[in-house]
Amino acid sequence: MDLKYKLGIIIAIIIICSYLIFIPSTQYERIQIAGSTSVQPVAEKLAKKFGETHPNVRINVQGGGSSLGISSVSQGITQIGTSSRELTQKEKIGLNEYVIGKEGIVIAVNNQNNITYLNKTQIKDIFSGKVKNWKDVGGPDLEIHVITRESGSGTRSAFENLIMGKGIKIKNDAIVQSSTESVKQAVKQDPGAIGFVSLARMTNDVKALKIGGITPSEQTVSDGSYSLQTPFLFIVKGEPKGVVKEFIDFTLSPEGQAIVKGEKVVPVK
Amino acid sequence: MTKYEEFIVEKGLFVTAILSIIVILLIIGFIFKEGLPAMDSYGFLHFIFGMDWSPSDDQYGVFTMIIGSIGITLLSLLFAVPLSLLCAIFLAEIAPKVMRRILKPVIETLAGIPSVVYGFFGLIILVPFMRVHFGGTGFSMLTASIILTVMILPTIISISEDALKSVPHEYKEASLALGATHWQTIKNVIFPAAIPGIITAIILGMGRAVGETLAVIMVAGNVAQIPNSIFDPVRALTSNIALEMGYATGIHYNALFATGIVLFIMIMVLLIIANYFHYKKKVVIGGGYL
Repeated sequence: MDLKYKLGIIIAIIIICSYLIFIPSTQYERIQIAGSTSVQPVAEKLAKKFGETHPNVRINVQGGGSSLGISSVSQGITQIGTSSRELTQKEKIGLNEYVIGKEGIVIAVNNQNNITYLNKTQIKDIFSGKVKNWKDVGGPDLEIHVITRESGSGTRSAFENLIMGKGIKIKNDAIVQSSTESVKQAVKQDPGAIGFVSLARMTNDVKALKIGGITPSEQTVSDGSYSLQTPFLFIVKGEPKGVVKEFIDFTLSPEGQAIVKGEKVVPVK
Repeated sequence: MTKYEEFIVEKGLFVTAILSIIVILLIIGFIFKEGLPAMDSYGFLHFIFGMDWSPSDDQYGVFTMIIGSIGITLLSLLFAVPLSLLCAIFLAEIAPKVMRRILKPVIETLAGIPSVVYGFFGLIILVPFMRVHFGGTGFSMLTASIILTVMILPTIISISEDALKSVPHEYKEASLALGATHWQTIKNVIFPAAIPGIITAIILGMGRAVGETLAVIMVAGNVAQIPNSIFDPVRALTSNIALEMGYATGIHYNALFATGIVLFIMIMVLLIIANYFHYKKKVVIGGGYL
């Protein structure tokens, strides 16, 4: 009797497991999205909203970094790759990119620091280690502590493209923090610190510097006058078809752009 | 029927026991499979003794991080071992019952706090404190070691306390009967007899210190360079993997697994040294050992 029960339970488990493995994959249309961790929250919100009107579509959003997003879409592993940096000429081959929004990069210093603006050359000199004291750029007599992000971060590569240029690297002994939030925390607690954070995550804890006389804000990013900005891209291989095309159209529609704006990313339309 | 059942149970237990060994072997196999290509193409010695870690320029030298990991671990052991051994002796031999009943759960609670909490505490409280009092950025080897010290205290304390407790009562009685004071008994009889267990405790603490990732990322500064003093920022092997795994592709990905191999070898060496000491320090008495 006992044995019969056990057998029954085992058979039931096997049936349930096989049901879980085989059934759901046949019912839905799936979109795989992977790439930039900065774009991820926006993409997730868009996917959620899109799912409300398209119950037969399942969208799966993953991080991994811009480079991974680009490579996985060109290898056909995912239908949509996301990137928070411009593609290189080599990467562009065979891919279509759609700008879904723009993100400002803010150069942040401690609130106690009396500096309010720097030009790009000064920022470059600070981050490359050429300028070591705030008094050399018109600030207090205080050692500069550079806070940067880990290599591979989209915000960091955008910063490097916009400020550092070719061949000049961020200095080796800059403190590395693993997220925008911890960069902010590090800048907040140290009067001599400088770092870069994304505009979407900017708060009053730290002070945003003016670049070329322009304060970073949604307004100045969208009209292009604030020059430290990077596009948020959706990338597809060849021409988008079916649900992928629908999803991209939705993203660029007024409704989709409102969601982008709600995430504090500057919409393009 | 019973014989049959006996056989089934025996084999079933054997399979479950062997599973853990299989899992370990699979993990080792996978790490080596993914990591060795990087060592091959970059050169083993180049990889181990290279001073430059810069994935964007195809430079994968982990020597600075090996130094970083070892430095953080040794420094935290330097703080934690004396503290925890004295605490364990107090708990095992001196503390009154009421005190033990309060202290032991408190210490075990320390072990239960998630490492991200320690890391955040370090970032918010300890880093500014270090910056104000010792200069620099506050992100340093010392800061990471202090956080780690607190994290490995409970491990070392509870295991050494068990070791001290398990020393047979006859020893203590004999020593006291010979006219030794309580402290002399602890120093010359109980502590030496418990040494193998205490070494095990220290090794487990060390393992936790080497393997701790999140808390270290938040307070160590993660700069891949040889530190000139304990107030310089360092990058540990574990931090390196956790920081860059999300972005790594191709040879960079392999290099991170190779970093894992280096960690694995480090921990293996530690375990071997520990087991050797454990074996060497066994106290043999009357045909049996402790």
